[in-house]
Amino acid sequence: MTDSKYFTTNKKGEIFELKAELNNEKKEKRKEAVKKVIAAMTVGKDVSSLFPDVVNCMQTDNLELKKLVYLYLMNYAKSQPDMAIMAVNSFVKDCEDPNPLIRALAVRTMGCIRVDKITEYLCEPLRKCLKDEDPYVRKTAAVCVAKLHDINAQMVEDQGFLDSLRDLIADSNPMVVANAVAALSEISESHPNSNLLDLNPQNINKLLTALNECTEWGQIFILDCLSNYNPKDEREAQSICERVTPRLSHANSAVVLSAVKVLMKFLELLPKESDYYNTLLKKLSPPLVTLLSGEPEVQYVALRNINLIVQKRPEILKQEIKVFFVKYNDPIYVKLEKLDIMIRLASQANIAQVLAELKEYATEVDVDFVRKAVRAIGRCAIKVEQSAERCVSTLLDLIQTKVNYVVQEAIVVIRDIFRKYPNKYESIIATLCENLDSLDEPDARAAMIWIVGEYAERIDNADELLESFLEGFHDESTQVQLTLLTAIVKLFLKKPSETQELVQQVLSLATQDSDNPDLRDRGYIYWRLLSTDPVTAKEVVLSEKPLISEETDLIEPTLLDELICHIGSLASVYHKPPNAFVEGSHGIHRKHLPIQHGSIDTGESPVSTGPAAPIEPAQSVIPSQGDLLGDLLNLDLGPPVNVPQVSSMQMGAVDLLGGGLDSLLGGDLGGGVGGSPAVGQNFIPSSVPNTFAPSPTPAALSSGLNDLFELSTGMAVTTGGYVAPKTVWLPAVKAKGLEISGTFSRRQGQMYMDMTFTNKALQHMTDFAIQFNKNSFGVIPTTPLPIHTPLMPSQSIDVSLPLNTIGPVMKMDPLNNLQVTSNVHRMVPWSVLGKSRRADLQRPISQSHTVSGKLQNDNIYTIAKRNVEGQDMLYQSLKLTNGIWILAELRIQPGNPNYTLSLKCRAPEVSQYVYQVYDSVLKN
Amino acid sequence: MIGGLFIYNHKGEVLISRVYRDDIGRNAVDAFRVNVIHARQQVRSPVTNIARTSFFHVKRSNIWLAAVTKQNVNAAMVFEFLYKMCDVMTAYFGKISEENIKNNFVLIYELLDEILDFGYPQNSETGALKTFITQTGIKSQSKEEQSQITSQVTGQIGWRREGIKYRRNELFLDVLESVNLLMSPQGQVLSAHVSGRVVMKSYLSGMPECKFGMNDKIVIDKQGKGGATDEAGKSGGGGGKQSIAIDDCTFHQCVRLSKFDAERSISFIPPDGECELMRYRTTKDIILPFRVIPLVREVGRTKLEVKVVIKSNFKPSLLAQKIEVRIPTPLNTSGVQVICMKGKAKYKASENAIVWKIKRMAGMKESQISAEIELLPTNDKKKWARPPISMNFEVPFAPSGLKVRYLKVFEPKLNYSDHDVIKWVRYIGRSGIYETRC
Repeated sequence: MTDSKYFTTNKKGEIFELKAELNNEKKEKRKEAVKKVIAAMTVGKDVSSLFPDVVNCMQTDNLELKKLVYLYLMNYAKSQPDMAIMAVNSFVKDCEDPNPLIRALAVRTMGCIRVDKITEYLCEPLRKCLKDEDPYVRKTAAVCVAKLHDINAQMVEDQGFLDSLRDLIADSNPMVVANAVAALSEISESHPNSNLLDLNPQNINKLLTALNECTEWGQIFILDCLSNYNPKDEREAQSICERVTPRLSHANSAVVLSAVKVLMKFLELLPKESDYYNTLLKKLSPPLVTLLSGEPEVQYVALRNINLIVQKRPEILKQEIKVFFVKYNDPIYVKLEKLDIMIRLASQANIAQVLAELKEYATEVDVDFVRKAVRAIGRCAIKVEQSAERCVSTLLDLIQTKVNYVVQEAIVVIRDIFRKYPNKYESIIATLCENLDSLDEPDARAAMIWIVGEYAERIDNADELLESFLEGFHDESTQVQLTLLTAIVKLFLKKPSETQELVQQVLSLATQDSDNPDLRDRGYIYWRLLSTDPVTAKEVVLSEKPLISEETDLIEPTLLDELICHIGSLASVYHKPPNAFVEGSHGIHRKHLPIQHGSIDTGESPVSTGPAAPIEPAQSVIPSQGDLLGDLLNLDLGPPVNVPQVSSMQMGAVDLLGGGLDSLLGGDLGGGVGGSPAVGQNFIPSSVPNTFAPSPTPAALSSGLNDLFELSTGMAVTTGGYVAPKTVWLPAVKAKGLEISGTFSRRQGQMYMDMTFTNKALQHMTDFAIQFNKNSFGVIPTTPLPIHTPLMPSQSIDVSLPLNTIGPVMKMDPLNNLQVTSNVHRMVPWSVLGKSRRADLQRPISQSHTVSGKLQNDNIYTIAKRNVEGQDMLYQSLKLTNGIWILAELRIQPGNPNYTLSLKCRAPEVSQYVYQVYDSVLKN
Repeated sequence: MIGGLFIYNHKGEVLISRVYRDDIGRNAVDAFRVNVIHARQQVRSPVTNIARTSFFHVKRSNIWLAAVTKQNVNAAMVFEFLYKMCDVMTAYFGKISEENIKNNFVLIYELLDEILDFGYPQNSETGALKTFITQTGIKSQSKEEQSQITSQVTGQIGWRREGIKYRRNELFLDVLESVNLLMSPQGQVLSAHVSGRVVMKSYLSGMPECKFGMNDKIVIDKQGKGGATDEAGKSGGGGGKQSIAIDDCTFHQCVRLSKFDAERSISFIPPDGECELMRYRTTKDIILPFRVIPLVREVGRTKLEVKVVIKSNFKPSLLAQKIEVRIPTPLNTSGVQVICMKGKAKYKASENAIVWKIKRMAGMKESQISAEIELLPTNDKKKWARPPISMNFEVPFAPSGLKVRYLKVFEPKLNYSDHDVIKWVRYIGRSGIYETRC
């Protein structure tokens, strides 16, 4: 019983003694000795020199001793490969043993010995064991295939073990099925495209049957595997969901979470308005809440996942905010997560309760938690406008407590409240100023300085306050220095008479005495701005700022979708995609939410990721992870007349030196586009044709149709870009027998409408004319319709009509609506684009340079290109005929047919069409 | 999947180290010790990522169990497995302590070999494991026994073996509830829920098919509509609510979940001996057994006056037991004077609290404690956080209102019927986190 004594031997000749004991004649003694060896091994001592002696003990009937020897072998075989061979015979013999427990033990252990020579001998016994009559042996053999694959993948394929494993999916024993699924899932992770698992409806059915019968762990393997399946239609998705939902009542939280994962994924495929969809949503909420009554560690995992679920489908838990109230004895990691979710669920309906809670939390002991609670109050104020006043007064109460870190945190959030509700709560500035001295953290100091600068005209002693910060200018962090510089410039522009000295002081501190390039640059910008044209300076520095968005800390939608596919796993705990923390080939394959089929006809964009998902448009997300596009386009969000803040235009700063400000600003303002001046001027070739419009139908037009007057039916697409195939615009039944099909193209910078008129009536037709209604792009024909001969029955004629964009512009709804009348009446998707959306599209595998080449043919220009984590990021720009600029970020993974497209534009309506354009151009 | 499993003592010495995957090396053992066990700050998360290796840990008394992986594993599963591992160890050798682990390290290795294969959890039901892994060495088994073991370990009913016989067929049902409450100082219920468990101890012969019924609102409503006769309705009588709304419930793996989902009936073949049949949660119409009314008054900077009234709110014929009220005191307390009407009250300086204990209290009664707390003057600006007043008790009824209506046993192969089974039902309501802010 008391095995602990084996831990205590610590004499000099220990190894020697053990050697002697291992060779003792008495069985009992030998067993004792092996136990000592294992104990030494556990503690980390090197007992590999005893290898031959231990292996000698292997030939025994005593199962306990045998297991100990095997344990030793697994640890040291790799360091002694030659001697490990000695054990092979014994293994092979054990695989034939009449006792199934011993057969399984042998095959299990053999798979853990990572020595090439041994694995060779493993094949035959493994093959037998995969077909063993005893399920216990089969389930062990199934896992062994995965082990072998990890050592020698090629061998597993050559020996046909994968097929045997697939056969086991149909096994009569549920545990064998579960282990086979686990093994296959693991193996297929290293071959993302091989479709090893071959998930078809028959197999899925087998899995669902086994799901009801196998152990809790087996259920997890099966559910995790099911979540990778893409049902072919909503009916299949629904029937799988129906059979998975009972798992939500399982006592094992991992079973529940894996079931939730399957359901969350398949919800994408169900029609939103169906009853089943809504019942399913309702069914998801109670089990999630129940997870919170588990042990704290599981609660933590559950909360991290709920955080994702709440962002993806807020409706599931919106009624349940109370369960996220923090308990006094919760571990800190549970408290912090609950707080996060509380803020996400806060709404006008529950804000009073939430605020009362947050106020309680702000008096707790844990500093991090208290800070987060204070921050949460601020976020509530920003999120729920009606509560802002109460939040502010709560924050003021907290400031009165004078607890240092509470005050600092409160000031940081009050700054954000000021930014959200300008000119509303300035009365509290006086209170804030009282606490100036106690601020010692850069964040809080910067926040306070910003407030003083922003409201300098209302603070009598603003100059004194700011001057006091100036004293230790060089000891401050960069953040504080930059804010201070800006604040003093603001102050100067508001009260120029009294503060000239101060501004000179700060400018010289920033430009002459500082080594920080950011600070110097910003200093110089202000300096030149102020000395060249104070009026413009005022316009620039004191311009109105865009309001800050409500929701912060949201996970980027594509990442969120990917994480939803990983519910329950580590990725969902870290909120990072697996390749961020997993090495090697595992997890590189990115998962996507399934896409609902058949929505193309309904006018919904066929490429948007989750039509059912009420995702916030990405523009409200503050880009977090070095998203270059986001940075570039922040400029875009400003009001059209002003560049929001000069300070954020570091790219263009060089040009400012020679009084270039005017030209920079002026030039751009003249263009009527307030966005991305730096990018536009530096990178876009001046020859960008004016008439660019990238639609598959009307405008993306540069084909190789050479001769206008040649009525060519087979167009030779030689040089130009992509032209969408002609589609039927006007079916014959609607127009008394005249069928018109057409497309738009562009040749030599000229836009054409290519049409084919077909007479399907019995009489001939004459007197063709065409007229364009007012449309969003001002498109008009330049010549009358060049059909002069009558159109005979069942004859068709091809016509190319040159177009111009000088016509009257009228915004149409939808934007792409172009109405053309005559004998012709039709609607055309007319391409314009949207603010910022994302889409995952399918694309034939090709390299990024071919992609950019292809796109260039269609006048989508690549501005910049970089490579992030093996993905090519292309930044592209395009302009529509009506002067709307679009910036696009195209993310391409070599070897993966999927690509991700993000767009930024001031006209949000157009995005959908741009996606269509990209899709059709790239697929072509 | 799980790459390795380590058990440490409180000093960070390794007691058990079992590696399942090649990507986990010996250095992982040290990484966890250095970064988590010996970390300066309190651990902020049960999942730690050190150099692309993830560590999941749980602590039992002063023993650390850590599972290690380099892959994107199912995190919930890893924790569930660690809990299960603790359960299995407790079932084999009692309390998880350094001494017990050292004494049973061979057994633990054997268990670890069996219940985790290549990091995939296998059957971990103690009932099944005990048939072939024992502390007293392995008995030689006959061929029938061997195949019985393997079919049980892998089979559909992995939790019960065939051929069990009892002279007296008997079963015990315990309805154990813990009632949780968070109340504002003004007496407003901020949150309240009951988490309950139905624990079943059965000594039944053969493979009995059981059916369990309770006053679940959904079932009762359905029966009411259908006009079906309520065979066991009489047992549910005796005052209180007719039916209760269950927010959610989870079941032991022996319960047929698809049947519950379809018909909401709870049918199963129970494991032999004790098992937790179901867990449930209710939030509606909870009977709160006690009401705590706090009154805290700060008299100047150096004195606090506290008065707490507790009221019992259940039938006068019932008795609550083991009542304990814990009133937190500030850290700078120098002295406390307590007067209570009933029971004993004591100031415990080490716990910063006044602990008031009452052995028994009947329903619809009231009791009161008042205390004067002397404070040392401090220049600490931070106000005292005023932790909530917490309470512990045990009552002989189910605060959720749950009633067992029937538990029927069918064993067609053996000659005993439902009537021959002796059945016992007991209700215990305990306090979970029962707090009132003051």
